[in-house]
Amino acid sequence: MWRDAALVAGKDLRIEARSRVGLWQVVPFAVLVLILVAFAIGPDSASLRHAAPGIFWIAVLFSTVLSIQRSVAIESGEGTRDGLRLSGIDPAGIFLGKAAAVGLQLVVLQIVLWAGVTVLFDVRVHVVWLAIVSSLLATVGLACAGVLYGALSAGLRVRDTLLPLLVLPVLAPVLLAGSKAWQAALDGSSSSGAEWLRILIPFAVIYLVIGIVLYGPLQEAA
Amino acid sequence: MNSVRRMNSVSSAPRPRWLAVVGVLGVVSMGFTVWLGLWITPPDAVQGNLARLLYIHPPIATVALYWAGGVALAGSLFYLWPRTRSFFWDRLAAASVEVGAVFSALTCVTGSIWGRPAWGVWWAWDARLTSTALLFLLELGYLALRRVPADPAIRARRCAVAALLIALDVPIVHFSVDWWQTLHQTGTVLDPGFHLHVHGSMAWTFLLGFIAFSLVFVWLLGVRYRIEVLQDEVGDQEMEVSLAERWNEGTELVGVGSSGHHFPEGGAP
Repeated sequence: MWRDAALVAGKDLRIEARSRVGLWQVVPFAVLVLILVAFAIGPDSASLRHAAPGIFWIAVLFSTVLSIQRSVAIESGEGTRDGLRLSGIDPAGIFLGKAAAVGLQLVVLQIVLWAGVTVLFDVRVHVVWLAIVSSLLATVGLACAGVLYGALSAGLRVRDTLLPLLVLPVLAPVLLAGSKAWQAALDGSSSSGAEWLRILIPFAVIYLVIGIVLYGPLQEAA
Repeated sequence: MNSVRRMNSVSSAPRPRWLAVVGVLGVVSMGFTVWLGLWITPPDAVQGNLARLLYIHPPIATVALYWAGGVALAGSLFYLWPRTRSFFWDRLAAASVEVGAVFSALTCVTGSIWGRPAWGVWWAWDARLTSTALLFLLELGYLALRRVPADPAIRARRCAVAALLIALDVPIVHFSVDWWQTLHQTGTVLDPGFHLHVHGSMAWTFLLGFIAFSLVFVWLLGVRYRIEVLQDEVGDQEMEVSLAERWNEGTELVGVGSSGHHFPEGGAP
């Protein structure tokens, strides 16, 4: 399973390294979200600083949808999905591999966004470990839930419009807990932030386990 | 028209009598709930007439979360489990999500009507309200997924997985009040030791409200299930009818005549 996962993740990342869709489309989009929401809120630096964690996670969430759509699109052409299924690779391995590839891209994206909120909104993270841990946990949850829903909508003609409707409400707990944890990391109150990890951890674990179990049946249904 | 008539005659989804009985009982008990709730019961000591909304809001929320959520979860699990796989469970889960979406929306609406005078706002960003609204959106997503044309077995499996993921939200809604300790009150009618905290005619009206909405849920579920069966039959028969039409066209063109393969009822659907 782990070897298969590494193979699939390597394949997806290699495609990304050659096509640069994530780097030249998803990352600029995420920065665009930061700027647009700041326009909507107005130039008052105090309210921008207050809203910074929420804006950060909104940008991450929207970009996750784009990354998932890209991850599904990779498999959608020329019978690729059938090829992948016939190759004898463990479905759980495919799930883990695709989730790992998406997760890695999200990590890069969040580093860029971190720099973005630091520069644009003049915020400083006081509890660095809390910001990193919450981001990593959230990334696991986002990638697993996203890939799972990506498989659910794969092969549908309406998948581009259906996927956001399906996946964004599911990701809402990550938005909530991530924003709260980041708020605490900005304020320097690590104890109140650590409580929100108690939502991020089960979310990541649940979707990881469900993905490993259900990806096979879903793949047959696509 | 012919094909429609034929469909009714061969339909394998008869109207069961118990469903009609449940429907009548549901409407009658609903009428009694309204009568008792609006005219017979006294105004509440603290909330006055506002408390009358509580004869319907908790029952609606109970149906939306536990009945609809439970049936959808059970149906999806039974469908995914290879030994019990049958379209019965798939249709039951789909019917339950659809009825559940209506009740989730009603939960938000009735709660909102109560919240305006009680809390001073139509909508509070409270954990339970927010998660119920999320549940409604998740159910809309499920129904959107279900409307996508696909092979029945594939659609059933896809929807079963989606429903399973929706069901994860229901415990979050249930426990949100206790976890986050926000505006919405925790359970007050029955305490953890199952001691009743409402008395007299108010308690009976409250209980009747639960029974009435549960009956209406079962009735709607049954009706919706039957529609699912009929829809699938229409799908199958449309295929047959159009095949027969194509066949007729072919035989007429070749000039074989209508003796062998003519379908007398093969009119346009």
